Amino acid sequence: MRILVVGGGTAGTITANNLSRRLNGEIRAGKVRITMLSASDRHMYQPGLLYVAFGQMTPDQLYRDQASLLEPTIEFHVDPVKQFQLDKNKVVTESGKTHEYDILVIATGSRMVPEETPGMTEGAEFFYTEASALKMYKKLREFKGGRVMVAVGVPHKCPIAPVEVMFSLDDFFKARGIRDKVQLKYHYPIGRLHTIENVAKWAKPEFERIIVETETLFNIKEIDAKNKIMKSEEGTEVEYDLLIVVPAHRGMEVIERDNLGSGGWIPTDRYSLKMNGHDNVYVVGDTTNLPVSKTGSAAHFQAEAICENIASIIKIGEPVRDYDGKVYCFIEAGHDKATYAMFNYLNPPDLKPPSKPMHWFKISYNHMYWTSVRGLL
Amino acid sequence: MSETKVIDARDTFCPGPLMELISHIKHVGVGDVIELLSTDQGSAADIPEWVKKVGHEMVGSEQVGYVWHIKVRKAK
Repeated sequence: MRILVVGGGTAGTITANNLSRRLNGEIRAGKVRITMLSASDRHMYQPGLLYVAFGQMTPDQLYRDQASLLEPTIEFHVDPVKQFQLDKNKVVTESGKTHEYDILVIATGSRMVPEETPGMTEGAEFFYTEASALKMYKKLREFKGGRVMVAVGVPHKCPIAPVEVMFSLDDFFKARGIRDKVQLKYHYPIGRLHTIENVAKWAKPEFERIIVETETLFNIKEIDAKNKIMKSEEGTEVEYDLLIVVPAHRGMEVIERDNLGSGGWIPTDRYSLKMNGHDNVYVVGDTTNLPVSKTGSAAHFQAEAICENIASIIKIGEPVRDYDGKVYCFIEAGHDKATYAMFNYLNPPDLKPPSKPMHWFKISYNHMYWTSVRGLL
Repeated sequence: MSETKVIDARDTFCPGPLMELISHIKHVGVGDVIELLSTDQGSAADIPEWVKKVGHEMVGSEQVGYVWHIKVRKAK
């Protein structure tokens, strides 16, 4: 049985490690082989980028060697997939090699696409890559006061990030002694402050407390970088001195190129996490087209579900569980406090008041991630 | 020729139905219709408000059982 995991991010790495442990006996008996193909020999802790953007972490703290995170029974190649040939159960890589499989796990992830919004690359700061997070930090350091506008593209990774940015900005400018010279304004694509109703209800008085203006039903249309004006699809305009955006995201180019899914998102069964129409192809993490948050925690819980099923199918011929839509997101709420949102397909989150212990837990998790991604936590 | 694309946004808290509509409407052609399936009561009001504000067209909104079927035509 050849299991091929494509993608070495959170979803792919947890999947490969979890499967390796569950199928250790079968692997050592030569009945199962697990191979991972990744685009990089390094693994980034992506939530750390927000800390980099505010000078609270340095980029070197975000990385580990990918090979060091993998179980030794996993065959690992830095050789991204160039072409999926699902009808032939094989993929062709950038180096020209062909990998055949019996079970394929696609975990290629997502990428921000600021270049798709006119003026965004030139006119806005963002923090979804190392380079952009460092640039944003430098801009924040140089900022002496004025209008700081925050806006959000759709779809995007880490749906809590826009809310967290506002608290981080408030803390940052207070610490620099210029909060009274800074006007903060938050723009959000739908008719409330966050897509999760309970987060929106919680954020409203919190934003009032830290003096954040808000505008909802605001989807970024274009940015006039020269005149520092952001225009919305809804017909409004705002002037800014510093613009911070969460850019819209897409799945990876190879997914679109091979017609596996519009926007790079693969049509996926919400419970089995199998690619629609393909019984031996699983999709996990950001790559799915599911109406589920694109976050590491969703990737983690999805990976656990498919690993249990792949292992049980190999051992007893049947899957044993469904993915229930579980997501768990920390929410950094400023002043060294945090809360969290946990929900699934049927149960909305019930937000608790932010607390210092929850912030310490989040800070601890920034290190515990490396245990989690090894499939141990 | 225009097409209808069905988006299943039932039982989702994040991203919600309107966020799904905004995301998917980027990838269909002008004149195409998106039929959004939603179990969120608020969507029946939120989505028409956004559609009107942006300048797309509401084709229909119907509740079948506990599921809202909301049809929107991309107008620009």
